[in-house]
Amino acid sequence: MRKFFFGFYIFFMVVNVISGQKYFTKTGHISFYSDTPLEKIEGHNKSSNCVLDVATGKLEVATLVKGFQFEKALMQEHFNENYMESDKFPKAVFKGQIDNYSKLDISKNGKVTVKVSGDLTMHGVTKKVTTDAVVSINNGKIIADANFNILLADYNIKIPALVKDQIAKSLKIKVACTLEPLK
Amino acid sequence: MMFKNVLIAASFLFLFSSLSAQEEDLLSLLGETETTDYTNASFKTNRVINLHSLENTASGVLDFKISHRFNPINNGIYDFFGLDGANIRLGLDYGVNDVMMVGIGRSSFEKTIDGYIKYKFLRQSKGKKNMPITAALLLTSAVNTLKWTNPDVEDLLKNRLFYTSQLILGRKFSESFSLQLSPTLVHRNLVETLAEKNDVFALGIGTRYKISKRIAINGEYIYLLPDQVANGVTNSLSVGVDIETGGHVFQLHFSNSRSMIEKGFVAESYGTWDSSLEGIHFGFNISRVFTLKRKKLEN
Repeated sequence: MRKFFFGFYIFFMVVNVISGQKYFTKTGHISFYSDTPLEKIEGHNKSSNCVLDVATGKLEVATLVKGFQFEKALMQEHFNENYMESDKFPKAVFKGQIDNYSKLDISKNGKVTVKVSGDLTMHGVTKKVTTDAVVSINNGKIIADANFNILLADYNIKIPALVKDQIAKSLKIKVACTLEPLK
Repeated sequence: MMFKNVLIAASFLFLFSSLSAQEEDLLSLLGETETTDYTNASFKTNRVINLHSLENTASGVLDFKISHRFNPINNGIYDFFGLDGANIRLGLDYGVNDVMMVGIGRSSFEKTIDGYIKYKFLRQSKGKKNMPITAALLLTSAVNTLKWTNPDVEDLLKNRLFYTSQLILGRKFSESFSLQLSPTLVHRNLVETLAEKNDVFALGIGTRYKISKRIAINGEYIYLLPDQVANGVTNSLSVGVDIETGGHVFQLHFSNSRSMIEKGFVAESYGTWDSSLEGIHFGFNISRVFTLKRKKLEN
């Protein structure tokens, strides 16, 4: 009996450790690009949070809308005030999962392309997003890169007629994170 | 037996924690990093109407301002309700950094050249650093370059100079509502009569209310303390609308002030806001910004 409980105890300790394998960053780089013949707009945020549960492939990313930096101050002001309404909707959050997840072997350097799907919430709207991501292991760190497009209309972001030629209807989003083990 | 109980308890504890680990919000593991969130866009541009607003031109940005105040509306149809004649001020404002800006301008009214410096010493913010208001100091000077006509007074540069010191204390109360107080001191090196004071104290109040993302209603009033200025001078009152269209801000307004610089609209407004609408002027400020210094974004 004592042995049984001891085994039980060890088993759950192991489970606990495995499910505790989480990797994170607080300096994830998220950028977006709006490209039209009249105007190129890009915004960069280099203090995005990202956590990956290596045991399950669960992935979460969050970024502060006000943290996006632009080349022109006026773009940044309009981005916050007129488009993203960052006082009302301060964060953009992605909660998702690496599809058909087979456990990453952190001990070996290498590169795989995976499919990530989940919910992207911003400007008060949640939409399903699916994208390919490149995940590489480099000396115990996980480097994740993803590119995908979103439609502004999906997120209830309206472009006034006056500037409709300066702002793309579809934005390219880039995510680049270097994750380290969470202790 | 005791040992067994402890083991059972421990096992359940671990079972519980490992199960809850499946459910938990991964991001909450990182905790919140507190940042300072500076309030911006309290006003659409760096002026309420005539008064300086608590906003600065952004760092590295040049703001070219074309402002007009037309003849009084009560000139009637003969003068096309004032549109036949205008006072013009052309101005350049530049944001030196996040808290300081400088500007120059020339007004056709009394052929006056003015310059100013505006420094924000408190910035409204929340988060790590909490500050309920924005406070700025504005220092301006102006020189009248009209041909000298007074034979009794020598034409010296010092007789043509005016200075203004102004505190701007304000707050963006909500997304749409901002309010500021502007205690002001205008100093005039030379005044026309003994009854007029060289130093004129006034209290300005300015506000804006956004009625849509790109349109706001603005108003300002400047109260003059009694017995300082020439007979017939009135307190300046202006109401207007701001329309923002990307790189431009259009400010359209009605004001009882003809001049667009402090020494003029604070101490030399003559229009009256009564039914006669005597000396009320229609006017506009158009602001066009140019980004001279772009922020570096490495990829």
